[in-house]
Amino acid sequence: MVTVLEHDSELRRRAWDAAANVVDPEIPVLTIADLGVLRDVVLDGDHVEVAITPTYSGCPAMNMIALEIELALERAGFRQPKVRTVLSPAWTTDWMSEEGRRKLHAYGIAPPQSSHSRRALFGEQAVTCPQCGSQETELLSEFGSTSCKALWRCKSCREPFDYFKCH
Amino acid sequence: MPAANIQVSETPLVLYALRRADDALILGHRLSEWCGHAPMMEEDMALSNIALDLIGQARELYTYAAKTEGKDNDEDKLAYLRDVRQYRNLLLVEQPNGDFAQTLVRQFFYSAFADLYWRAMMTSRDTTLAAIAAKSEKESAYHLRHASEWIIRLGDGTDESRQRTQSAIDHLWAFTGEMFAVDDGERAMIHAGIAVDPGTLRGRWMTTLSDVVGEATLTLPQNDWMQQGGRSGRHGEHLGHLLSELQSMQRTFPGQTW
Repeated sequence: MVTVLEHDSELRRRAWDAAANVVDPEIPVLTIADLGVLRDVVLDGDHVEVAITPTYSGCPAMNMIALEIELALERAGFRQPKVRTVLSPAWTTDWMSEEGRRKLHAYGIAPPQSSHSRRALFGEQAVTCPQCGSQETELLSEFGSTSCKALWRCKSCREPFDYFKCH
Repeated sequence: MPAANIQVSETPLVLYALRRADDALILGHRLSEWCGHAPMMEEDMALSNIALDLIGQARELYTYAAKTEGKDNDEDKLAYLRDVRQYRNLLLVEQPNGDFAQTLVRQFFYSAFADLYWRAMMTSRDTTLAAIAAKSEKESAYHLRHASEWIIRLGDGTDESRQRTQSAIDHLWAFTGEMFAVDDGERAMIHAGIAVDPGTLRGRWMTTLSDVVGEATLTLPQNDWMQQGGRSGRHGEHLGHLLSELQSMQRTFPGQTW
């Protein structure tokens, strides 16, 4: 019995690791574990079901991510893996790992601030330039190249950059 | 042969989800018409991003409506195989884009409501609607901020932008009352704690409008005559044209997939 349990937890860990290494197709330096999109991995016998949560309602990367998870699990030896989408609790950038924030910054995207700043209708946000570290930055557009990003510009080094919006 | 219309058994809960899904789909489609045509690149991306959020919300709501109905329908059939009279969206969201000011005023009126509505719906006793609300409220907060900033910039801008924005406000005002209308089916759902009474949001909605429109040096109309009909399928001429474009592929090639 003990061996069976150990076997199960070992299997679950393998399934989790396989799913956790799938990257966001739009920000390939981040894995879905970094993003907090991967919520749960459930084993039932040899069958595995992975729960993910969408970042934004209309995020077009979700279909791709679900497919990539299935492929990753099949490569890891799991047959007919399933991916389930859960809406609640709603995804927030507060779930992004420290490692994820560090990777984003190194990639040239300013990581999200705490979601508490989201509500202020005309509140001032201070976003640090990921290129030169200056805080003299300005918002160019609330909506950037993907749903999750806004477009900013640094007034010190004059470089435009993406800011991962807090959500 | 073109695909035939589906029939939908509109129980109060199905109808409730369908109405909100139709709002999101039709407004999302309208915004997507700006793709490649917006006055600047940043706005082209912004309007397309907002469209994407709204269509995502519509998909969740259609899927829930279909599941609640428990028949053979799904999100695609609900979107592509209902005719004008079967659509339940607000008249506001089907209004044509007009100029940039009209698009943003329409968005502002709707987002100011949606932001309050979704936040209130997070405590719905219906767990699926509450979950959809928790996602949507985050998105509508950004939509409202975006639209508000534009109303201020356009209103407190040049004579031309100011005049166009005031005209848009005057023109679209009569379509805002429908957001607060409630019928018997919805009243029962409000009592059951599933739906939010939109009347309770009206005061705060007016405060948001007054603040932003005031800062934009514009004025809100005083007349309170309101046009209604969208919620029961009585639409203006514009929705039919919109649907003929939105549905043309599925009507021409029934069941076609990518």
